[in-house]
Amino acid sequence: MAFNYDSYLRMEKMPTLWCWGCGDGVILKSFIRAIDTLGWSKDDVCVVSGIGCSGRFSSYVDFNTVHTTHGRTIAFATGIKLANPDKHVVCVAGDGDALAIGGNHTIHGCRRNIDITLIVIQNFIYGLTNSQTSPTTPRGMWTVSQKAGNIDPTFDGCKLAIAAGASFVGRETVTAPKKLEKLLVEAMSHKGFSYVEALSNCHINLGRKNKMTSAMENLDWIDSITVSKSKYDKLSPEEQLNVLPTGILKQDTEAPEYCDMYQEIRNAHQGKRGLITQDDFKKKI
Amino acid sequence: MSTREIISSGNDLAALAAVDSGCQFFSGYPITPSSEIMHTISDLLPEAGGTAIQMEDEIAGVAAAIGASMSGVRAMTATSGPGISLKAENLGLAQMAEVPLVVVNVMRGGPSTGLPTRVSQGDVAQAKNPSHGDYKSITLCAGNLAECYTETVRAFNLADRFMQPVFVLLDETLGHMHAKANIPTVEEVKAGIKPRKTFDGPAKEYFPYGVAQDEAAVLNPMFQGYRYHFTGLHHDKNGFPTEEIETCRKLIDRLFRKVDEHKDELESNEEYMLEDAEILLIGYGSASLAIKEAVNVLREEGIKAGMFRPITLWPSPEKRLHEFGQKFDKVLTVELNMGQYLEEVQRCMGRLDIEKLIKVNGRPFSPADIISKVKEL
Repeated sequence: MAFNYDSYLRMEKMPTLWCWGCGDGVILKSFIRAIDTLGWSKDDVCVVSGIGCSGRFSSYVDFNTVHTTHGRTIAFATGIKLANPDKHVVCVAGDGDALAIGGNHTIHGCRRNIDITLIVIQNFIYGLTNSQTSPTTPRGMWTVSQKAGNIDPTFDGCKLAIAAGASFVGRETVTAPKKLEKLLVEAMSHKGFSYVEALSNCHINLGRKNKMTSAMENLDWIDSITVSKSKYDKLSPEEQLNVLPTGILKQDTEAPEYCDMYQEIRNAHQGKRGLITQDDFKKKI
Repeated sequence: MSTREIISSGNDLAALAAVDSGCQFFSGYPITPSSEIMHTISDLLPEAGGTAIQMEDEIAGVAAAIGASMSGVRAMTATSGPGISLKAENLGLAQMAEVPLVVVNVMRGGPSTGLPTRVSQGDVAQAKNPSHGDYKSITLCAGNLAECYTETVRAFNLADRFMQPVFVLLDETLGHMHAKANIPTVEEVKAGIKPRKTFDGPAKEYFPYGVAQDEAAVLNPMFQGYRYHFTGLHHDKNGFPTEEIETCRKLIDRLFRKVDEHKDELESNEEYMLEDAEILLIGYGSASLAIKEAVNVLREEGIKAGMFRPITLWPSPEKRLHEFGQKFDKVLTVELNMGQYLEEVQRCMGRLDIEKLIKVNGRPFSPADIISKVKEL
């Protein structure tokens, strides 16, 4: 039987403002199926979004929802999570949100390893504001702010998240919705900061001057630049430069989670334990 | 009122007041001269079962506090002028989405990095409109050590009453002043806590922003079965984005009227030796300590001076200032800035011939500065 999305959607907000053929709807549906698989009560979930096409994500789903300022999803979510550590907090941000204006919060969310899932809808462009360069826009592509071709180096958000200390990092594409759903289940059930990059198409504002004017052309291009992590690992360093690995890229179940650690701070202040020392951590500097 | 005697500093008293008021969440970023608030509250809150977190920057410092408040707990952040500049956009979100928050600003010299360790009252105009767009700021200004405590307590209750950020202005002098203060007992403060309104009917009949035109939003805590939406966009009674003409107009109109039509709940002033006064001195914050001393000395010399001190700076005590404008010939404003409140005094009094005493070199007023100025009038 086909999956019924209606009970998770705010049906009166349909249709979405996303363009015809946009991959964001695939991510929305994959997210809903993942939540359904996890069996979480709608009342126990908070979805926090930023600004851009991805920013509207939160208004479409029937959870506790927050549409914040540009780039600040993780900062708001950190307050919500720390005040309600037993609830589930999910951020949905665009590549501009998470890697440009909000890059600092992404770094420090990962570093704290607070139990929040960050879904980055990565479409390589600023879509809602009409084709400006994003940190993830491939070099040489046309953008409205670099019409002679983008010269800015292209940013790999997953590598950043791994380096910054996120305990779960993964990437999937909208061309593989089932895999994306599975990855989201893994990410959201992981305790700690989970960074999920969902590669999406924007044939309207990325594709229009980059020879991908249809959704299918844009999706084919996404497929052409992605390989599974197992295949990626076998490539030479030069070959790896031209593709992005998909699947689970990092999973560390040992790293201490921030809300748990903060409970130790409370315990210390309440005299229930001694002060926190380096011995409380496995790794020492 | 039952009180207790305490030896403390203005910054520590603001932190203590927050915890006594039931604040459960603090997030901030180090900045002189307000950092001691974070230092102290990061001991007090975990002991009380709450959370205090040092965030990665000023923006995250306010955003995390707004997030915690959205979820239903009392929250605070503290900073100084440069921090407010960085927090401004998110303060606008809290105004628009009607999220209560206490924001303590321990003022230092500006603009820019200015005089980090020196006193100023240069953020009074900023406190009125820190963010873009139209909304009504509520700004309280402590004038002595005890008020660093009592005004913070009042700010928490007003934030929940009006559902918006409330500024508490201290300044470097008050923040770092260390002395004896008489403050209300914890029992007294706890008995006075007025939590934000909630709705307990069926979820489908709940419209968080569907309130009368002079009322604040009724925002239930998260995770309790009332799933609604926060946004900084213009929104309808459910909190969902809209561009519908009349809904948009009414929203901004209500953000003004919920404050304007209940100013009587906000106004708070001190009037010192005004009954028989012939010269009116107007000042606030730590400057008022020097003004009071100057009034005492002037009176010993036979000059009948008196002081009017607004404690709620925004909205301003319009009517009272207007009355004083009619009654007093000689009016002098005394401010540690170029005359930011002077303009408001002129507006309320409807006259431009107000004398001013200003100081912008990072040093406090001495009573002698004020006495010699009054004698020149």
